[in-house]
Amino acid sequence: MAAQPETVEQVRAVTEQKYKYGFTTDIESDVAPKGLNEDIVRFISAKKEEPEWLLDWRLKAFRVWQTMEEPQWAAVSFPPIDYQDAHYYAAPKKKAGPKSLDEVDPELLKTYEKLGIPLREQEILAGVEGSEGKSPAIAVDAVFDSVSVATTFKAKLEEMGIIFCAISEAVQKHPDLVKKYLGSVVPYTDNYYATLNCAVFTDGSFVYIPKGVRCPMELSTYFRINQANTGQFERTLIIADEGSYVSYLEGCTAPQRDENQLHAAVVELVAMDDATIKYSTVQNWYPGNAEGVGGIYNFVTKRGACRGRNSKISWTQVETGSAITWKYPSCILQGDNSVGEFYSVAITNNFQQADTGTKMIHIGKNTRSTIVSKGISAGKAQQTYRGLVKILPRAEGARNHTQCDSLLIGDKCGAHTVPYIESRNRSARIEHEATTAKISEDQLFYCRQRGISEEDAVSLIVNGFCKEVLKELPMEFAVEAQKLVGISLEGSVG
Amino acid sequence: MIEIKNLHATVDGKEILKGVDLTIRPGEVHAIMGPNGAGKSTMSYVLAGRDGYEVTEGSVTYYGKDLLAMEPEERAAEGVFLAFQYPVEIPGVGNTTFLKTAINAIRKHRGEKELDAMQFLKLIRAKTKALGMSDEMLKRAVNVGFSGGEKKRNETLQMAVLEPKFAILDETDSGLDIDALKIVAEGVNALRSPDRSMLVITHYQRLLDYIIPDYVHVLAAGRIVKSGGKELALELEKNGYRDFGASEAA
Repeated sequence: MAAQPETVEQVRAVTEQKYKYGFTTDIESDVAPKGLNEDIVRFISAKKEEPEWLLDWRLKAFRVWQTMEEPQWAAVSFPPIDYQDAHYYAAPKKKAGPKSLDEVDPELLKTYEKLGIPLREQEILAGVEGSEGKSPAIAVDAVFDSVSVATTFKAKLEEMGIIFCAISEAVQKHPDLVKKYLGSVVPYTDNYYATLNCAVFTDGSFVYIPKGVRCPMELSTYFRINQANTGQFERTLIIADEGSYVSYLEGCTAPQRDENQLHAAVVELVAMDDATIKYSTVQNWYPGNAEGVGGIYNFVTKRGACRGRNSKISWTQVETGSAITWKYPSCILQGDNSVGEFYSVAITNNFQQADTGTKMIHIGKNTRSTIVSKGISAGKAQQTYRGLVKILPRAEGARNHTQCDSLLIGDKCGAHTVPYIESRNRSARIEHEATTAKISEDQLFYCRQRGISEEDAVSLIVNGFCKEVLKELPMEFAVEAQKLVGISLEGSVG
Repeated sequence: MIEIKNLHATVDGKEILKGVDLTIRPGEVHAIMGPNGAGKSTMSYVLAGRDGYEVTEGSVTYYGKDLLAMEPEERAAEGVFLAFQYPVEIPGVGNTTFLKTAINAIRKHRGEKELDAMQFLKLIRAKTKALGMSDEMLKRAVNVGFSGGEKKRNETLQMAVLEPKFAILDETDSGLDIDALKIVAEGVNALRSPDRSMLVITHYQRLLDYIIPDYVHVLAAGRIVKSGGKELALELEKNGYRDFGASEAA
């Protein structure tokens, strides 16, 4: 059946309004001059009123970075980035620090409202008296253009000895913890983007869960890039001390921009004996328009160290945004019996490119890892799963199970799987399963015959395909993620 | 009322339907019988609006509207239901989710309020009970790992929930043993009503022992070549389709 002109019109309308979070907020910024040199590193450090040791660390990183080259092995391509043509610091103008949400810039709150962040609407988050205990709570550390402007629920967390604050604040208030763990999982020499982050990171979150404490709420940070030409260099550090538990949520949306924006974050997790960290991400940064113009470059280093016995780190990610994603959340399974998990949904549409996966490094005895990766490619997008499972000689009884499934929509996209397996212990058991499927015309017609539109049918089928991963997300994120899956694939069929 | 007039349709450039005329009034059950390759399944797909089935001539008027101008989902929303010969598997999508999405899409199209989770649950429980089905099937992914009988019962359940005005049953008996066939037929019979028409497409007469049609038509080589009452089916069973210019083995 030939496409009706109305249908074409409809598809166009849907596609054009697709990125509904494409707006910007006008806030006067305190912006560093363009360019990158030691003075800029010093400028950032001074702005943050940092101690000497941290400035030294940044400078060491910067000097190493100058000797490094951008990695070329990922299956992504993009024009060279001019690192001198960007601002490395932008902060909303500082009045006296906001003591409550009422003091937060109303423009900012409006932006959050548009994004549907329940910062203002939910009494509980605003810390309105008497609202505690009504429903499961989320504490939000709102990062807006590199600087944390509002942190809720601090008091309640403090009672339990939990530290949840901006990393710049942690540098001031808990310097010993920061000094001990910063760079202990991702060293300043690690890789091009991570090293750059060490030199110029502006802010991010810091979490410390003391011994035996089970964090009673999901800790959540919403990132949002807001300043043109401002690369974002977030730095997150989460430490779960012996026997503790924490679930951390990270979610992002970004306003529409023509110029590509670099995002090179670093996330470090440390789990001690019997500790568990669950880290969930829903990433929905501007992917560029349907022609592939604009969009965020998301070059992130995320790594967790299971330092203690019986510790566990679980990564769950739903990646729908960004023009290019380069991301391998990994686990170093050092402690005996430690467990690493990686659950991933990556959706690429139009001209998006993603090279993502994980690394599971088995060092301790009886360490176990599970990898479930669901990749969905539509339009002219290219996607690669790249994963490493490495069993070191001492990792007696190590086990890994990997499952990589790819779903293709249309015939102009691509899915690639590149698993690396290195085993140096004979007792290790490693399993790898991989499948590739297409959404069939039969499935689409079946859904449409039942009254479900083509777009909704794709969303339904893809959500079914991703179910194993989506169910790993905390409740608050699961619904949002399901919607995102639908939005990301709008206009991908027909 | 559904009026099919001089319907011609091609698949991959080959003409399969060569001028079908058929009028179905509300509440009537019509059976289409015919040899393999006569165009039976093509007819069901053309009516449901599947891509790749191109109408080259003729018209289908559906309660005063031009059915052929509608997208498949619009036809569904207007009350056209196709029970598939081979129901499609959708891994990971729960039967309940699928049904809820479908009924709410249809309600939305009709300008009705969407059902919330509780209302839907109540509805689907009533329907499964009426059909003598277990809730267990609802929890599974759509048609995944279902036996032939379960798939057809699932189609019946969908029909019961979506309450179509015009149901097309495409070779509902295929892949069913006699017990499964009886159960499915009972379900279909329970859905017969004065304002619901049905078009039962089948190769064999045995289905019509259980779903008794008002009219039987013989489709051969893309045309309806003979029409009659339910006794025509018995005649066909006895003499085969040879009289209608098609070889039995086709």
